[in-house]
Amino acid sequence: MAINVKVLDRPIRESSYVRSALKGMGRTFKHLVDPHKVTVQYPEVKHALSPRWRGTHRMLTNEEGNAKCVACGLCPTVCPANCIKLVPGEDEKGNRYPLVFEIDEFRCIFCGYCQEVCPEEAIHVGRHYENSEYSREGHVYDLERLMAQTHPVCEMWDPADPKGE
Amino acid sequence: MSHLLTMLALQAQVATTGVPPQGTGVVIISTLLKIVIIFTIYLLSVMALTLAERKISAWIQGRIGPNRAGPWGLLQPIADGVKNIAKEETYPGGANRPMFILAPAIAFTTAMLAWAVIPFAAPWDSAWGRIPMAVAPLPIGFLYILAITSLGVYGIVLAGWASNNKYSLLGGLRSSAQMVSYEISMGMSTIPVLLLAGNVAMDRVIEQQALHGWNILNLTIAGFVFIVASFAETNRVPFDLPEAESELVAGYHSEYSAMKFSMFFIAEYSNMITASALMATLFFGGWDIPFTLWDNVAPHTGIKTVLTGLFFALKVAFFCFSFMWVRWTLPRFRYDQLMSLGWKVLLPMMLAYILIIATAVLIFRNLGLEQVRWVGISAFGLALFAVNIVLSIVVFWFLDRGRVISPASSRLQADALERLRAARYRSTLSAEAGD
Repeated sequence: MAINVKVLDRPIRESSYVRSALKGMGRTFKHLVDPHKVTVQYPEVKHALSPRWRGTHRMLTNEEGNAKCVACGLCPTVCPANCIKLVPGEDEKGNRYPLVFEIDEFRCIFCGYCQEVCPEEAIHVGRHYENSEYSREGHVYDLERLMAQTHPVCEMWDPADPKGE
Repeated sequence: MSHLLTMLALQAQVATTGVPPQGTGVVIISTLLKIVIIFTIYLLSVMALTLAERKISAWIQGRIGPNRAGPWGLLQPIADGVKNIAKEETYPGGANRPMFILAPAIAFTTAMLAWAVIPFAAPWDSAWGRIPMAVAPLPIGFLYILAITSLGVYGIVLAGWASNNKYSLLGGLRSSAQMVSYEISMGMSTIPVLLLAGNVAMDRVIEQQALHGWNILNLTIAGFVFIVASFAETNRVPFDLPEAESELVAGYHSEYSAMKFSMFFIAEYSNMITASALMATLFFGGWDIPFTLWDNVAPHTGIKTVLTGLFFALKVAFFCFSFMWVRWTLPRFRYDQLMSLGWKVLLPMMLAYILIIATAVLIFRNLGLEQVRWVGISAFGLALFAVNIVLSIVVFWFLDRGRVISPASSRLQADALERLRAARYRSTLSAEAGD
């Protein structure tokens, strides 16, 4: 079986190296002197994030300042990366609440399923991305830390308004 | 003290009456000074070029480039240097250590050595006699350059071989093949220059250009081939096959780290400066200031030396810029394109060109055009310019039709092409049937 050589059908009579090279150099020179540069000076200047940006998680709280989470267990179930650890607890009035709620941001793939599945709209992915740490352990956010986050949360995609207008 | 003053007065008197011959002491001291000055400027320019390359590449790609180290990133080369010195030196297992260490040094030194004979400014008639502005104004200047620049390949081949790495070895082999091929075109392209100058000394070449116009006008095609060949000799894009990131990791310097890698980097930029200086000297009038003749005639004052030196620096800077400009525009050649360009296009073209130019020079000289000047322009230069315009049109307009750099299909016979197409058609048919 012969190797399938791809032969481009180019009109040889018309192809010129020197002229097209010069044309290309004209183009690059135009870019060279063009004062418009696309670089964003990152730590000083930042891009605006999309309202649908899915980043660092955030746990919303109710009026009493407690987590809205009712420890239903839907988010650890739906999580494809298996990064949510939830131990449910129950107080004397019979209200369920999370004893342990941890999200490993290092494992998380930021799919946003947890926010989508949450019946109480408690857990959210947020419009925030600067969450680097010096250790792997630092990426495990406990309930306190999730509640302490203040960044805006992600607005989910709405089928009725696909372009987010 | 009075003795010294009388000495100075005497020397001043001599200087006004005529240029005295140099004493041995003057030669030694002036040469040492020139070496120190050239070496300093050279290394500083290499530093500046590394930054310039990054800045120019950034601007061409619509970016800003390094701007964190110092104002506008001016301290970036120093930061890079400190980083490279502080880094760990690694040696690959089974490497030939002495050769491995020697190779970067050879690569850098040969690039540097060629500068010895390049005249970088007009000579200076000082109080101590005429001081030529070249470290060693050899009468065989050009032969020396050809000899030294062809040594440069040793650094690369040795690096490739001593690394004990197949990619490095392939890079080294490619570079030797490439350098041997293009050295020939390079040598051929300089023969017309030497024909015109009638000498291999660099200052004669410059003198001739000042008199009859720059060689890029009188010998356009030779100039063009020389530029192409020096791109190949310096291993810069579009001839960077020895490095070929996408094929050979980093080619001959894959295994090098820290300061030894830096030496190759420095060698690349030194080669660029040297090649630029050669282009300026051989084809763009050297230190000659265009449209004037006053810089070429006596008295050779210090101011003239400085001005011509500046003009030479400008020309070299322009060619260094065009090296970068081309690098960030053109893609790399295929290996067969490289070889066929060197052997099947440039070499025969230069042979024919030498024949034509030699004939033209003979005819024009016998017509006595060398002595004729119209409004300050040499008739000899004009006649050669006219010949070259015609030849350039022939070469760039009619020959450059898929022949100079050709697509892969042009190398096939027409019926072979048909057969390939038919085979491809059949194989797609069977693939569809199999589905």
